[in-house]
Amino acid sequence: MSSLMREMGAKALKLGIPLGVQLDVTYRCNERCVHCYLDHDDHGEMTTAEIKDLLAQMADAGVFFLILSGGEIFLRRDLLEIVEHARKLQFSVKLKTNAVMIRQAKAERIAALGVESVQISVYSHKPDVHDAITKLPGSFRRTIEGARFLKAAGVKVSFANVLMKHNIDDYPEVQALAERIGAHYTADATITPMMDGDRSILDLNIEAGALEGLFRDPTLVGNAEEFCAPPSGPLAEADALDTLPCSAGHTAVYVSPYGDVYPCVQFPLPSGNVRRQRFIDIWKDSPQLKEVRSITMADLQGCSKCVHGSSCSRCPGLAYMEGNMRGPSIQDCEKSYARTGVPSRNLLAKRAALAGASARARAAAPSAQRAYEPITWVARKQAD
Amino acid sequence: MKNKERYIARASNVAARMIGGEIMIMSGLDSSLFSLNATASVLWQAADGVTPLSAIVAQRICNAFEVDPAEALRDAEELAEALAGHGILRLSDSPMPDAGAPARGSP
Repeated sequence: MSSLMREMGAKALKLGIPLGVQLDVTYRCNERCVHCYLDHDDHGEMTTAEIKDLLAQMADAGVFFLILSGGEIFLRRDLLEIVEHARKLQFSVKLKTNAVMIRQAKAERIAALGVESVQISVYSHKPDVHDAITKLPGSFRRTIEGARFLKAAGVKVSFANVLMKHNIDDYPEVQALAERIGAHYTADATITPMMDGDRSILDLNIEAGALEGLFRDPTLVGNAEEFCAPPSGPLAEADALDTLPCSAGHTAVYVSPYGDVYPCVQFPLPSGNVRRQRFIDIWKDSPQLKEVRSITMADLQGCSKCVHGSSCSRCPGLAYMEGNMRGPSIQDCEKSYARTGVPSRNLLAKRAALAGASARARAAAPSAQRAYEPITWVARKQAD
Repeated sequence: MKNKERYIARASNVAARMIGGEIMIMSGLDSSLFSLNATASVLWQAADGVTPLSAIVAQRICNAFEVDPAEALRDAEELAEALAGHGILRLSDSPMPDAGAPARGSP
């Protein structure tokens, strides 16, 4: 991140300006990805006029970075009209799409509108693996064609490669494909729970050993030795009081197709609705956003004294979905462990609780069978 | 002899926002980010392509800031040339009626 960008973020934080917004314009989708957290039925999306009015409100509030996402954004027939309006309001616009519906004319229109970049979901270099994840036959071919049309039109393209059990071995080839097309590449090994709280899709998350491998791949993390260095210890008490968990609700916010406002797309804490209140009033006065803003690292249970405190990437939204926005995100604790080999304070507490529960269960119900211990913890013990 | 008038016009292929009285601009050409201070932000907002730069400086800068008019005009021309070099502002000896919009945001 450039120093000017950091300066801009710091200024927005100080002045209470929502610098970045992700606006999902639809949850409808032409794919049915196995890991998707959304309900794809239309429950009353904002109209074109509502979205245009919202964009004007966001521009006046100081929003600079606008991500238009979904669902599949091109299922909205008015998508390019929305993008055109956003560009007239001088947002820096980024689109997230599967590119299945992008052909030459659309690509050229996107380029002419001055869209900053287009992020495309690509799951594998193998059509059968990609299509099995999207459940849309032919989607790989269409997606790659869409990416090529965009590149030919001069649009910046990035591939977002969500990694899960189905495709974990394919990412080097997706990287190579991105390079051949001239696209930027990012990998993400986080599967998030459904927005309704259903956590069953978390079973798609890759195994701990594979995660460790990813964190040691310099093509993904840069300097692997530095990235996987042992944690440098908890934050100093004074720093913990000042340090904020992340930008969600502080300089960034998320708006759903129905006008619901949340701190982040991964932080489904209902904080208002732009159909009932002005965007700026929600941003400034929502009790939920105020509560999120009041949390510092010092308030986080276990985290403030954890050895990973100064390098942790804890997501408050994942913590919220695990039951407590002031609690740990065990998913992130597991990542810190896979990265450094050092368990977090909350991971140790969880193991102790699991061991206690297991012992209690054995005492209550003696059995000829050995008590089951979760395989992941057994495998990790050697590295403790 | 009076100097030839010059005109400045905001480029339309940029992202721009006023944040706390200063304007942030992202170039549509290469995504470079620019931060204009309060004085430069006044020039940007006034760069409508039809008001001569000298008039902008006289009306918007010299009336608001304690500055020597000749120095202010010199600074404004330097800034305009620098921004034009990055493709986010256009500079011309004749009016340009198709300037991009002024920045919205938080004053």
